[in-house]
Amino acid sequence: MDLVDQLQPVMLRVARMYVSTTAVAEEVVQDAWLGVFRGLPSFEGRSSLRTWIFRILTNIAKTRGQREGRSLPFASLAGDDLDAPAVDPSRFDSPAGSSRGQWSTLPDDWSGIPEDRLLGQETLDVIREVIASLPPMQAEVIRLRDVSGWTSEEVRNALDLTETNQRVLLHRARAKVRGALERYLSSGAT
Amino acid sequence: MMGRDLTCKELVELITGYFEGTLRGRRLRRFEAHLTACDGCTRYLAQMEVTIRATGTLAEERVTDEQRGVLLAAFRDWKAR
Repeated sequence: MDLVDQLQPVMLRVARMYVSTTAVAEEVVQDAWLGVFRGLPSFEGRSSLRTWIFRILTNIAKTRGQREGRSLPFASLAGDDLDAPAVDPSRFDSPAGSSRGQWSTLPDDWSGIPEDRLLGQETLDVIREVIASLPPMQAEVIRLRDVSGWTSEEVRNALDLTETNQRVLLHRARAKVRGALERYLSSGAT
Repeated sequence: MMGRDLTCKELVELITGYFEGTLRGRRLRRFEAHLTACDGCTRYLAQMEVTIRATGTLAEERVTDEQRGVLLAAFRDWKAR
């Protein structure tokens, strides 16, 4: 059951991106497992088992979403802020108001922060909160990459993303988590 | 002091490509040259490494009995055919 325990929550989250309710997402996942059981004898191992399972899942979820009449432009899943800067542009302005693209105030040095604060419960709550607030695809990419440790290729396959899209989504997600940590760690850090 | 063309503002947008290994050749060399000469960006990179490490300590979502039930239902369906 290891693989199942590991995949089931991810499958439900991914399915939920494409369909309207949790109940429908559960049906989609159930159908996907059925497809997996049926196809298993002919699974040739050309892709990883995980990749293959997610391909089945995404196909079913997308079809189901379309049938529900759910139109899903990429932006509604990925977020409309993919071009937004990773760092507040004002951080690069000089006091005189000009900007040559250099730090006006340097980022804090975090190397002096004790590990138990850096990885403490409160810090983790901050991270969890940011991730929960991200557009669905950004949240899923950072969960799979940085929380679950999947490779970029596995994430691309599971979520049906191009290399560029995967990277941009990860970039946005990480930038927001770093920004939240910066705000949290600089408040009362000293 | 800065790498010739790359500004700090530009560097922060390339950092994920750097971590992903998709930043290559001349762009990679410019990135690294800037980093060597810039304390601000060195700190930013270190912050990003801490961010990734901290995120990596979050617990993965655990499967619930209900979620497992979805699978068992599929398995029953499959056997019933």
